[in-house]
Amino acid sequence: MTWLKPYWQTVLAILLCLGAIALGAMSKPEAAAIADPTASFNYPYLATKQLMLGLVMLAALISMICMPPIAEAVVLFVGAHLAAWLLISGIAGFEGTALMPYFLLLMAAWLLGWRCVAVLSSVRPMANWARTGLRLIIPAIFGAWILIIWEAVTRGAGIPFILLPPPSAIGVRIANSLPTLGADVRQTIFKAVVFGYVVGSGAGFITAILADRVPFLRRGLLPIGNMVSALPIIGVAPIMVMWFGFDWQSKAAVVIIMTFFPMLVNTVAGLAASGHMERDLMRTYASGYWPTLIKLRLPAAAPFIFNALKINSTLALIGAIVAEFFGTPVVGMGFRISTEVGRMNIDMVWAEIAVAALAGSVFYGVVALIERAVTFWHPSVRGG
Amino acid sequence: MDSFRDKLIPVTSILVGVVVLWYIMAVVLNAPFQRDLDRRANETSTFGELIGKTLSQPKPTLPAPHQVAVNFFENTFLRPITSNRSLVYNAWVTLSSTLLGFAFGTGLGIVIAVGIVHVTTLDRSLMPWIIASQTIPILAVAPMIIVVLAAVGVTGLIPKAMISTYLSFFPVTVGMVKGLRSPEIMHLDLMHTYNASGTQTFWKLRVPASVPFLFTSMKVAVAASLVGAIVGELPTGAVAGIGAKLLAGAYYSQSIDIWSALVAGSVVAALLVMVVGIAGRLVDRAMGGRPA
Repeated sequence: MTWLKPYWQTVLAILLCLGAIALGAMSKPEAAAIADPTASFNYPYLATKQLMLGLVMLAALISMICMPPIAEAVVLFVGAHLAAWLLISGIAGFEGTALMPYFLLLMAAWLLGWRCVAVLSSVRPMANWARTGLRLIIPAIFGAWILIIWEAVTRGAGIPFILLPPPSAIGVRIANSLPTLGADVRQTIFKAVVFGYVVGSGAGFITAILADRVPFLRRGLLPIGNMVSALPIIGVAPIMVMWFGFDWQSKAAVVIIMTFFPMLVNTVAGLAASGHMERDLMRTYASGYWPTLIKLRLPAAAPFIFNALKINSTLALIGAIVAEFFGTPVVGMGFRISTEVGRMNIDMVWAEIAVAALAGSVFYGVVALIERAVTFWHPSVRGG
Repeated sequence: MDSFRDKLIPVTSILVGVVVLWYIMAVVLNAPFQRDLDRRANETSTFGELIGKTLSQPKPTLPAPHQVAVNFFENTFLRPITSNRSLVYNAWVTLSSTLLGFAFGTGLGIVIAVGIVHVTTLDRSLMPWIIASQTIPILAVAPMIIVVLAAVGVTGLIPKAMISTYLSFFPVTVGMVKGLRSPEIMHLDLMHTYNASGTQTFWKLRVPASVPFLFTSMKVAVAASLVGAIVGELPTGAVAGIGAKLLAGAYYSQSIDIWSALVAGSVVAALLVMVVGIAGRLVDRAMGGRPA
C-alpha cells in the first residue's frame, strides 16, 4: 500500500458517493419516475448523474495515488469543481426538489475541495511568484466554495427567495441595476465619504500637530480621544441630519466626526515614535521644530498615520451608510438598503451590500498601496 | 498616581472648554429660530433675554448642556424603571442584546482563532477572508438581518444579538490569533524539551500568553457590539432601546431626547469598556502578572 495514501476527506467523499448511489433518486421528480416507470417524467440529472458520481469518486481515487502534490491538487480541483458545476447547472428548473443524495454529493465535492486546499497549503514552493499565487489561490478556492454551497443549498432545498437569494440571482440583479447602483455609489461614496474622510482625517492630523506643539493640550486631548473611540459616535447621525438636512452634507459631517478621533490618537502616538537617539542627532544638527518634524518625526509616524487612515476607510463607509438610515434624498446606498428591505427586495439589498463590500475593499486596498509606497523603509514592508 | 494628577488638570480644563463652546454654539445655532419666533410674536427681546430664551427652547437645534443634563436626570432617576420612557429601561434593552451578542461573539472568535492556529488549511484559507471582512461596512447588513429574521418569526433579542455577535467576533479572532502565536520560539522549544504534548503546550503556554491580547481585543469588541445593538434597533420601528430612542427623537425632532439618549449610550459604553478593563486587570493579577 505504499503507492496509496488515503486521507479522511477523500475516503469520506467516496463513502458519501456510495451512500448517494444506495439512496437512489437525486430529486423528487426522479423518485416519481422510478416509482412509475411507464409514465415519462422529465427529471434533473437524466444523463449527468453517473458522470458526477463517477467524477467525484475517480478524482478521489486518483488523488490517493502517490504523485506530486501539484498534480494531486489539479486532479482534486477539476473533480470537485466540475462535479459542483454539473450539480448546480442540473438543478435549474427543478429548484426545491432535491433529496438526500443531492446534498451527499455536494458534501463529497466539498470534501474534495477541502483536500485540494489542504494539499495546496502544505506546498512550500521556492519561487516568489508561486508563493504569491498560492496566497491568492487558496483563499479564492475557499471563497468559491462558500458561494457554491450557498448556491447549491438555496436552490436545491428551495429556500424562500426573501430569506436568502442564491448568489447567481444577486449577480443578475447587480448586472441589471448598474445605473441605480452607480447613482448610489456616487451619492454615498464620492460625495459624502470622500469629503468627510479627507476633512475628518485632515482635521485630526492638524489637531495632532497642534497637540504636539502644546503639551498641555496633548495631555488633555489624548485621554478624551481614547475614551471617545469606545463611544457609539454613530448616534450623532440623527443630530447631523437635523442640522445639515437630508443631503450628503449631513453624512459627510457624521464621517468627519467618526474619522477625527482615530486620526488624532494615532498621529499623537506616532509623533512620539521617533527614538531619542535620532532626535538628539537632529538637535546636534541645530535643526528647529519644523525641520525635525518634517524630516524625522512625520516619516517615523507614517505607519501610525496609515493605520488610522485604514481604520477610517471602514469607519467612513459605515458612518455614511448608517447616517442614511435616518433620512436621505431618494438616492444613496444606506437609503437603498433600508427601503428595499422594507419592500422585501432582498436581492437588491444583497447587491448593494456586495457593492459596499467591494468599495470598502478597494478603498482599503488603495490606502494600503499608498502606505507601501510611502513607508518603503519600514521593516514590515521591506521584509516582504 | 502622579500621571493621573498630570492628566487631571488638562483633561478637566479641556472638558470645561468644550462645555463653554457648547453653550456659545447653542446660543448661535438657536438664535435664528428664536428671532423668528420673536418676530411672529411681535416681541423685541434684549440681548440678555434672547440668550435666556435660546437656552430654554423645547426643541432647540442644539440643546444647552443643562437641558440635556436635566432630561437625562429626569429620565434616569425620576421615572420608574419599568416605564418605556425611562433611559434605564431603554439602556437595559440595548445592554441585554449587547451582552448576549458579545458573549457569543467572544466565544465564536476564540473557537475560530484556536482553529486557525492549529489547522494550517484554515489559516491559509480563512484568515485572508477575516482580514478582508474588516474592510467592508458590515453594519450595512443590520437592517436586512432584522427584517428577514422577523419575516420568519424570529424577533426580539436574538436578531440584535446576532448583529452584535457579527461585529464583535472579528476583533476577538484577530487578537486571539496574535495572542496564541505570541509565545516565542524559545518558550516553545522549552515546552518541547519537557516533552509536553500539544494539549499541554496549548493550555500551559499558548493560553496564558494570549490572555492580555484577549482582553485588549475584548475592549474593542464590546464597544463594537454596543454599536451593533444600537444600529440593530433602528429598523425595528423604534420599539425600545437606545437606538429606538435616537430614531424616535429624529422622527419627532425631540433634539433633547436624542442628546440624552446619546449620553446614555456613551455612559453604557464607558461602563462596559471599564468593566472589561477591570476584569482584564483582575485576571492578570490572579495569573501572577506584575505591573509593567
